[in-house]
Amino acid sequence: MEILVCVKRVPDTAENEFELNSEGNDLDRDDLVYSVNEWDNYAVEEAIQIVDNLGGSITVVTVGDDEAEEVLRREMAMGANNGVLLSDEAFEGSDGKGIATILKAEVEKGNYDLILTGAQADEGAGQIGGMLAAMLDYPYASLVNKIEPADGKIKVGREIEGGNQEMNEIELPCVLSIQTGINEPRYVGIRGIRKVASVDIPVKGAGDLGLDAGSVGEAGAKIKRVDYFVPDLGDGAEMLEGSTDEIVEKLIEKLKAKGGL
Amino acid sequence: MTQIFAYVPFKNGVAEDVALEFPGAAKKIDAGASVTAVVTGSGADLDKVAGELTKVYSEVIKIDNAAMAYPNAEVVRKALTNIIPAGAIVLVAHDTFGMDLAPGLSIKLESAYAADVVDFEGMDGSTLKIVRQELGGAVSTHVTCDASAGAVLTIRPGTFAPVDGSASGAVVDKSGDAGDLSAKRTFLEVVEAEVGEVDITKSDVLVSIGRGIEDEDNIEIAQELADAMGAVVSCSRPIVDAKWLEKSRQVGTSGQTVKPKVYMAMGISGSFQHMGGIKGNPFIVAVNKNPKAPIFQVADVGIVEDILEFMPALQEAIEAL
Amino acid sequence: MSTIIAPAHYLLFGFIPTMILSFLLPVIGVGLFTYIMARRIAPLVRANPDYCFNNIPKRIKHLAVVWLGQIRQPRYMQAGVLHIIIFAGFLILSIRSISLVIMGVFPGYVFPGLDGTLGVVYNVIKDYAATAVLVACIIAAYRRGIKKPARYAVPEKYGHDHTAEAVFVLGLISTLMISESMFEAAAIAFTYNTGGDVHFPAFFSLAWFFAKILRLASLEFLQGLHIIMYYVHDFTFFFFLCFLPLGKHFHVITSVFNVFFMRVKKGNIKPVRHGVSDEELDNLESFGVKKFEDFTWKQMLDFYSCADCGRCSDQCPANAAGRPLSPRFITIKARDLIFKNYPIKSGIIYKSDKLLVEDIYTEDEIWSCTTCGACEQECPLGIEYIDKMVDLRRGMVDEGMVPQSLQKPLKALEKRGNPYGKMEKKRADWAQEKDFAQTHTVKDLSQESADTLYFVDSITSYDDNIQDIARRTAIILEKAGVDFGILGKDEKDSGNEVLRFGEEMLYQDLKAQNTEAILGAGVRQIVTADPHALNALKNDYKGLPPVKHISEIVAEKIKSGDLMMKRCKNRNKVYVYHDPCYLGRHNSIYESPRQAMDAIAGLTRVELEKSRDRSFCCGGGGLMLFYEPEEETRMGVLRVNMAAEAGANVIVTACPFCLVNIQDAIKVAGKEGEIEAIDFTQLIEEHLA
Repeated sequence: MEILVCVKRVPDTAENEFELNSEGNDLDRDDLVYSVNEWDNYAVEEAIQIVDNLGGSITVVTVGDDEAEEVLRREMAMGANNGVLLSDEAFEGSDGKGIATILKAEVEKGNYDLILTGAQADEGAGQIGGMLAAMLDYPYASLVNKIEPADGKIKVGREIEGGNQEMNEIELPCVLSIQTGINEPRYVGIRGIRKVASVDIPVKGAGDLGLDAGSVGEAGAKIKRVDYFVPDLGDGAEMLEGSTDEIVEKLIEKLKAKGGL
Repeated sequence: MTQIFAYVPFKNGVAEDVALEFPGAAKKIDAGASVTAVVTGSGADLDKVAGELTKVYSEVIKIDNAAMAYPNAEVVRKALTNIIPAGAIVLVAHDTFGMDLAPGLSIKLESAYAADVVDFEGMDGSTLKIVRQELGGAVSTHVTCDASAGAVLTIRPGTFAPVDGSASGAVVDKSGDAGDLSAKRTFLEVVEAEVGEVDITKSDVLVSIGRGIEDEDNIEIAQELADAMGAVVSCSRPIVDAKWLEKSRQVGTSGQTVKPKVYMAMGISGSFQHMGGIKGNPFIVAVNKNPKAPIFQVADVGIVEDILEFMPALQEAIEAL
Repeated sequence: MSTIIAPAHYLLFGFIPTMILSFLLPVIGVGLFTYIMARRIAPLVRANPDYCFNNIPKRIKHLAVVWLGQIRQPRYMQAGVLHIIIFAGFLILSIRSISLVIMGVFPGYVFPGLDGTLGVVYNVIKDYAATAVLVACIIAAYRRGIKKPARYAVPEKYGHDHTAEAVFVLGLISTLMISESMFEAAAIAFTYNTGGDVHFPAFFSLAWFFAKILRLASLEFLQGLHIIMYYVHDFTFFFFLCFLPLGKHFHVITSVFNVFFMRVKKGNIKPVRHGVSDEELDNLESFGVKKFEDFTWKQMLDFYSCADCGRCSDQCPANAAGRPLSPRFITIKARDLIFKNYPIKSGIIYKSDKLLVEDIYTEDEIWSCTTCGACEQECPLGIEYIDKMVDLRRGMVDEGMVPQSLQKPLKALEKRGNPYGKMEKKRADWAQEKDFAQTHTVKDLSQESADTLYFVDSITSYDDNIQDIARRTAIILEKAGVDFGILGKDEKDSGNEVLRFGEEMLYQDLKAQNTEAILGAGVRQIVTADPHALNALKNDYKGLPPVKHISEIVAEKIKSGDLMMKRCKNRNKVYVYHDPCYLGRHNSIYESPRQAMDAIAGLTRVELEKSRDRSFCCGGGGLMLFYEPEEETRMGVLRVNMAAEAGANVIVTACPFCLVNIQDAIKVAGKEGEIEAIDFTQLIEEHLA
């Protein structure tokens, strides 16, 4: 099975405390550390397990700048066979649709049976897989937490509300967005990354992909981020006092406001 | 006038709560917009929901087809693509079905797409002003959306105020316009989660218990509160060590990392290791007998009480709502 | 007067010279033994290199003390004394046994040097030795076969019980003792009965008893017994020799080598591969132990040398807590695998394509070890486990087999230099706490210079509940007149557990960053309150200034009069000191903390039964805090219960991880209010005069 996994370099939510810059319109990026989007590791691990069982190869692809290459190497250290970096000044400022358009161009250059993405990334939209599938007219399933390959089609489980699992049969080729917990991604240490440090990773721009620069990047984007902001958080807890009944009443009001009820 | 369609999900003939939230969201986009509900499905359940929705929406489009008896996103997408007029705004819930449907729908409708919207700040011409969250809720962003060719927007359930059902609309049957509904994806079955196998990482509200629960038998008190709140019971390490709850319920660096909206820390002191498992900046309510418990440093709301007395009181009050 | 015919001259049935047997038995025995040993040595030749030829004086000392002196045996008194008797008996009787073998061909042979008075003395000693060994064997067989102490039991999952082998070997030894004595006694009785001039064996020895009894026997019987006992001894001797390398009694042969080659430095971890420098690590194809042949020859020798005494597992806290680890079976399972992979009977080498952690070990088993070192401290044969655990983990890390619970902190260490993923710039925030900052300033060595570096390490820098140790350490240093500073954001995790959890390259990275920062600070000495940091900086890093634990500084400064202690504030409390593994066992710092505590007048201090080098691990530090083991109880809970039994209500420890584990354990054990845990620095700081 030929598998393409779309990955993304994101600020690491576990290792960062997000603060705004002095202007208050962007993140303070000086101290941010980046890594592979958590969901993407599950997608790559799943691809590795499929290829271990059925044969084939895995290509990891990302849209980003030069620094995005590090996430490709990390996934190659995990076990992906090839990496492709899609990078062009014209890609900067792309919205979800722009990214999907760029990826679609790359998909069409290859011959993939299965395309995997993480269920979501830093922006929390979970949009690329579904868009890419629709553009390619491939079937799609999101939030996949189980894959059982069969001949010409696969059985996939989707994680739905209440911890239930929705089972579907999907024709190949298809696009799946992978949910965490589908497997246990293997560990990649510094040593693994160094081993693939000198592997050549081709870089493709708009021209290589035959893309019209106006359809992607800032120019093609309908969604644009204006600024970042942090909702106010006081220090320490607001202590509720009074009789138990009074406290309960105050608490219920707050819980209602925060979606706890 | 902006034309807004709201795709209403339902289960067993009952619309999801988000059905009441779409009109509020639509109003924030454009106070004068006309809002049409769209429901897809098959048979009596569909008719029942469509009928109920006329109390909220002036127009309810229903698309009845056996292929949509179970909502298969690919089939629903095809039907909606044929029904929704160009340039319209489509609202979808950001739930597991919406995530399956909406991104592809935006491509087929050739419209803009914004996901998991938590607020709208009106429209400037055809530019929508949207509030979203990123990085697991750590930061919020203002986003503009060029809706000149329409837009598909998923909204976060529970964030927009529900409206009262006071309309008296009509059901329009567009089943005949759905077109070809063949699909490359086939629904097989739903495998129900095993009893006792609870995934605390997926719950929006956690009633989390610590040493303050004192005894295994008292866990029931927490469970009853959780039931009342529609929450799941999680815990800190000592509870798992005592084998009172299974390991999968433990929050912390050595347990699960959770990202709920509301975290009820009941009798949890709030150790570094425990708090390390809570991400996404939830609203933390801490109840602890010890006024010096470190949990009060990190909680949003603190209450100095014995959880064994406080939890039943809170449960009772919630059930009385 | 006739003389008894010696085996060398005896004719069986009147015409077959038994000397043929005297000649053939040794030739076949030695030949077979040589073949078996060659087969046993085969895997060692294929093994990874090991470096065990440094520090020869220390190794000779180990031979004298651990091997010949059997210093570790009496730690288990009954078994130890029995072993010392049998061991000493073997040494003494080896001369006699070799002489006997030669006498079968050359009658009247006397071992060089034993023909005079020395010979007479030796004969007395060996007669008593044989007697003592026989008595010891009978008691040992009773213990093993009937009393069955729990530590010898073999849980079903680990294979078959070894009692039969143990009792069989005790039987062989007894046979040697009896046959030797009876051979001699028969000759003496014969001479006596024929009116010859006899010297009876040593009074009340086994041979003496036999000689006295055998006086009643006929000459024919005595002649026959003399010959039969000779060949019983001869046969048993060579059978035993060839039997030794087939089981747990191989240690009789290997122990002397194993002890000679045992660890001579404490606290450090072996390099990934001996002979490959840190800079050359990238050139290695594979890391750690994945297949059996990845072990070093010394590690394999360890497997051969295990006597299955069960002391390691009896002391192992992981085993006590019900984790899936018992160090004894790390060895036994490997030995069973060698015997299967390198069989005696054929030249075929069985090969498994599975990793050891999939084949004979489990991942959880290998992650369960806290590297506390209790097993190694106990082993009378110098068998080591920590390096093997680390090598196996290196192999797992290299294969990506790391539990999810450990991947998070490892990634954070890579990105942020601490396992919590906290920002580097907040590493010195503990010094900004309001009350502390008002009266104290801590130098940042990237801006200023100082005589001493206080290395804080991650948990003390970032854990809100532990930061107190940093502040109190700073106050103590200040009071003691030490000119010190910290590295602040330039400090990274010491990597003590990163190394021990097998993530070598990440450790190398942390070490390089810390080394650069420390050398750049130009300090004369390093002080830390975290024994794990102490261990890494002192034993794993190279080229740093001397490293000391805060308890050593305190003890020194009390002695010199620079620090004065108030009277104990809580005179009704009973204090007990818990030895942290990385302070005690790995760095031999046992007395300084006790001296400092005892300098507080009126402080009541008791000792735990398991203390000093037998201290019981609290549950492990560093990355162990993140690992989720399968276990029945927590080590910390067991430890708290031990403290309660000792009558203590304040556990003083000198390690931040011990404090976290023991404080948690007190809650889990439901002993809040009865017993509390505090850090050494808290006790000292609160009592500074």
